Amino acid sequence: MKDLISGLNKVFESRVRLGIMSVLMVNDSFDFNSLKESLNVTDGNLASHLKALEDRKLITVNKQFIGRKPNTSYSITRTGEHLFKQHLKALEDLINAQ
Amino acid sequence: MEKNPTSAEELKTIRKIMEESTKFLSLSGFSGLFPGLIAIAGALIAHFLILDKGEMSYYEYFATLSGKETVIIKWQMITVALSVLLLSLLAAFYFSFRKAKGSGKSFWTPVSKRMFINLLIPLVTGGLFVIILIIQNTIHLVVPGLLVFYGLALVNAGKFTYNEVFYLGILEILTGLVCAMFPDLWLVFWIIGFGILHIGYGLFMYRKYEA
Repeated sequence: MKDLISGLNKVFESRVRLGIMSVLMVNDSFDFNSLKESLNVTDGNLASHLKALEDRKLITVNKQFIGRKPNTSYSITRTGEHLFKQHLKALEDLINAQ
Repeated sequence: MEKNPTSAEELKTIRKIMEESTKFLSLSGFSGLFPGLIAIAGALIAHFLILDKGEMSYYEYFATLSGKETVIIKWQMITVALSVLLLSLLAAFYFSFRKAKGSGKSFWTPVSKRMFINLLIPLVTGGLFVIILIIQNTIHLVVPGLLVFYGLALVNAGKFTYNEVFYLGILEILTGLVCAMFPDLWLVFWIIGFGILHIGYGLFMYRKYEA
């Protein structure tokens, strides 16, 4: 059974991280507040998970100003996309094996 | 191996998040139903009150009128059409807003903005085109123009909401093209395109997703 779970990435074990990656997989970029709303999490919680994903170079941050308001948006990196796809594949395999 | 409900659940959640973050799903069936009813009401007002009933053929009727009367009727028709448009938009917004609120989602999201931009580009183009048709006195192409451009707008916006919107768009385009072939029957095609198709769509969506 080792093979089946080897594709599962520990980085994506948290639900919030899974959520972030899912949104960024299908959107070119997504801003902090919209992300917060779609995942229904608190600022602090989301920020810490985003930081963790950013540190592992799975997502990139883009800070800019819209008018005078700061706006932070996030995009998935190639590595992030690759690893997340692998993770999804592993989940699917796990289900199919049952 | 033991059953692992979490991975199945996880995949389900992932799919849901992916869909919700790329599709505007707060579009309510009522947002189709009420504009449909309003469009039919508008058509009936135009037919019975402005065009003196019975006379289906707008153009023949026009020929019997003097220039001044024609202008008055033209403006009355435009007023009715704009009222239908305004009330329909209000109803469409209201019911979708209510659905979003009811399910605890926000109405303005990156997805809904994307959907509106994609809806508005063909729609505003169509609106301007139809205004030009009216100025040029090519009145027989006004209703086909409205239907075709509205259909294109729906096809475009359909990528960001329920797939059914795409198919509604295709039907509107077809209705518009057939209408262009039979311009005398514009009122019938208006009722089919803006009335019956919307009502059918609204009922279908309500039963499928909300009932």
